[in-house]
Order: sequence, then structure tokens, then C-alpha cells
Amino acid sequence: MLRVNAINKGIVLDHIQAGNGIRIFERLRLKGADYPVALLMNVESTKMGRKDIIKISDTLDLDLTMLGLLDPRISVNYIEESRVTSKVHPGLPERVDGLIACKNPRCITTDERHGPSSFTLLDKETKVYKCSYCGERVRM
Amino acid sequence: MNKATRYTKSGCRHIVDSLDLSPAEYADLFSLATKIRAAPSEYASICHGRLMATLFYEPSTRTRLSFEAAMLRLGGRVLTVADPATSAVAKGETLADTIRTVGSYADIVVLRHPKEGAARLAALYAPVPLINGGDGAREHPTQTLTDMFTIQHFKGRLSDLTVAFCGDLRYGRTVHSLIRALTRCRGMRFILISPQELRLPAQIKEEIKAADPQARIEEVTAIEDGLPAADVLYMTRIQKERFFNEEDYIKLRDTYILTPERLASAKQDAIVMHPLPRVTEIAAAVDSDERAVYFQQARLGMLVRMALIARLLEVI
Repeated sequence: MLRVNAINKGIVLDHIQAGNGIRIFERLRLKGADYPVALLMNVESTKMGRKDIIKISDTLDLDLTMLGLLDPRISVNYIEESRVTSKVHPGLPERVDGLIACKNPRCITTDERHGPSSFTLLDKETKVYKCSYCGERVRM
Repeated sequence: MNKATRYTKSGCRHIVDSLDLSPAEYADLFSLATKIRAAPSEYASICHGRLMATLFYEPSTRTRLSFEAAMLRLGGRVLTVADPATSAVAKGETLADTIRTVGSYADIVVLRHPKEGAARLAALYAPVPLINGGDGAREHPTQTLTDMFTIQHFKGRLSDLTVAFCGDLRYGRTVHSLIRALTRCRGMRFILISPQELRLPAQIKEEIKAADPQARIEEVTAIEDGLPAADVLYMTRIQKERFFNEEDYIKLRDTYILTPERLASAKQDAIVMHPLPRVTEIAAAVDSDERAVYFQQARLGMLVRMALIARLLEVI
């Protein structure tokens, strides 16, 4: 079996849906990192069957809203001296500001430099969000 | 007005959506508008020294004149930017900057904009009360205020009524706003009369059902099937550009024209409303029927806008 050593200090993103790890890896721009990073794919999981894991041997300021949006089941484990010091489950965010662009060409956010996009969660089950300005629905 | 919950971080109350006003606030505005109607001279100078800016990014003579007439009749004055092509917008200024600038000159701003959500965004930056005068196909809260006041005025109540909406229910924003606001009233029944292509969007129907699981909604295609039961008939225009071919448009357009013959099947105390401008959807011969209230509706709209301006400026 493949083994990756535990990290002494850093962050472990666990319970990533299998196949989603690469997407999160890219969004966090870890490809060009100058510290050790590991992306584990299709790891056996009793809860999920298969899962992906990302281990980052550094302390990053993570955007938990974005992580929750990309994968609501993800857990973020902060590691100090090889021990988990805190664990966060971002979940699906109720509100997402500035991360998603509204696709409605008639929406005011498409031509306002000062207007950051803003979406609110409409349906947790279907992951449908609503643009706070024009009401356009978008499924994540 | 409920200051505690309705004011934004700038400390101003803005009216962006027809649901921004609570049912109690609607009732308060109707009461004030009725008092203004009865004794206009008592209110003729309550806005003396106040300035209203009307910022219209797309043409709408009717709404702009209604607001301007309302402010002038309250003794206030009006600044207007009717043609954005001649303003700073043409130089690339954002709406956020325009609103902050205009808000530093005027005491209240009315905004009409072609983009959806424009008023919501402007309200984030407006240093003075902002009224949405229509943003794209989305909201037009003072038209809803006008329509609700008209129903209240002629029917004496905003409950236990059958309201039939006829025409373009898919794209007509006045219909969307009004039906959402009426859903908060007790005992309403809605009859939706439209061609298949122009049915009320499923999203709006879901909103109505979510707000009131008991809401009664019926959809019919023939005007004759909806008219006899209606206490209120709300007519809208069927626009040519919504159809793929002209033949379909002409065929449908004519079946949704209200004529004196068709109106004969309506209740004697029903009212016929229209947000105006009317094109061909109501025959001119209907105008003399006392059930046709669309021109009175326009006057009531000005009166209720007077009430809204007075409340937002806290002059009364």
C-alpha cells in the first residue's frame, strides 16, 4: 500500500470526494508550491468508500467558503507538532461573495467594477444558489 | 415605517423590491395617500426645500413624470438625468459612483436602469433614500404599490379577491411583482390567463406556493374562461418580440384583446386594470365602461408615490 508520512506542521484536507482532489489542488494553486505537498487520490475510506486527501506542509490562509463550495463534505485539519489541533467542516456556505460570476448577461454585476458578485444558498440538496442582485439561479 | 429592521447600513431606508414593504407599511401608505387625495392642499408644501433626483438610464416618461409630479405636488423640487448618454455614465462612471455623487446633491433618488439588480446594487452605496423605478425585467415596486392601492381603493379591501392576470405573464415584471405582493394577502385566488408560451414562470409559482401553501392558482388559455370569476382583471400587453414568427403573434394577440363583448361576461363590480401604456390589448370602446379604471390607476399611482416620498423623507 502507498504510504505518505504524517506531517509535523501544516494542513490536511480530508474527506474530499474522490476525483475532486485535483480540482481543489488547482484552485489552491498548490502546483507551484515551494513546500512539501501531497495529493492522494482514491484512498480507501470506511465512510466514503473512496476519497481524496491533500496534505500541505505549511500554514496557509485558506478560503473556507471556497472549499465548502467546491466540496461540502471536506474537513480541514490543522496540524501542530504532528497532532491535529483543530478540525473545521466548512460545509456548503450560506453566502458566497466575489467567487462566482453571474451568468445572466442582463445582471448589473456584469458591468459594474465596484459590484462584487454575491450569491445566497437557495437549496442545500441541489446546491442551487441565487444571485443577490438579479435572482439568477446557479447550480454548483 | 419600521426603522429598526428596514434601514440599511447607510442609515437610509431604500425601496428596491415590492416585498421590502411590509403589509402594515402598505396599509399605512394607502391610508396616507387617501388623506392626500382628500385634502391635497394640506400636503402641498411638506417637502419644501427638499430635492429629488430622478436618474433614468432608460426611457420611461410615465414613471418619471409620476415621480416628478408627486414631488412637485408635495412642494419639493426635482433634478433629472433623463439621458445618461449626456452624463458621466457616457465617460465610463460606475453606477456606484453615480449614486454616491447624485446622493450628495439630492435628498432622495429614483433610479430606473435596464440591468437587473441595478437598484439592489445602488442601494448599497446610496447615502440618501433610493427608490427603484424599475430595473430590467426584475422589479418595479412602485408599480406594485400603485396596483395594490388601486385594488384597495376600488374594492375596499386586499383580501378574499379573485384576481385574473391576462396576457404576457412570462415576461411581465409588473405581474411578477404584484402577484408576489398579493400572496401575502388573505384568501386570494389567482387566475392566470395566457397562451402556453407566455405562462407565469415556474419559479414565481414556486415562490407563491412557498409563501402560501394554500394559495389558489388556476391557469387557463382563453380569456372567457377566467373573466367571469374575476373581481380584478389585470391586463398586460403581448409583445411581438416574444414570438418566433409573426403569424403566431397575430393569431394570439387578437384572442387576448379585451372588447366590450368579452367584458360583458365579467362581474358588474369587477375592475379592469392595466399598468399602461396600452397598445391594442384593450379596445378603446372599453374605456367608457365604468369598470375600466386604468387611467384612475395612473392618478392613484402618483398619490401613493407622494405618500412614499413623504414617509421616506420623514416629513410627516
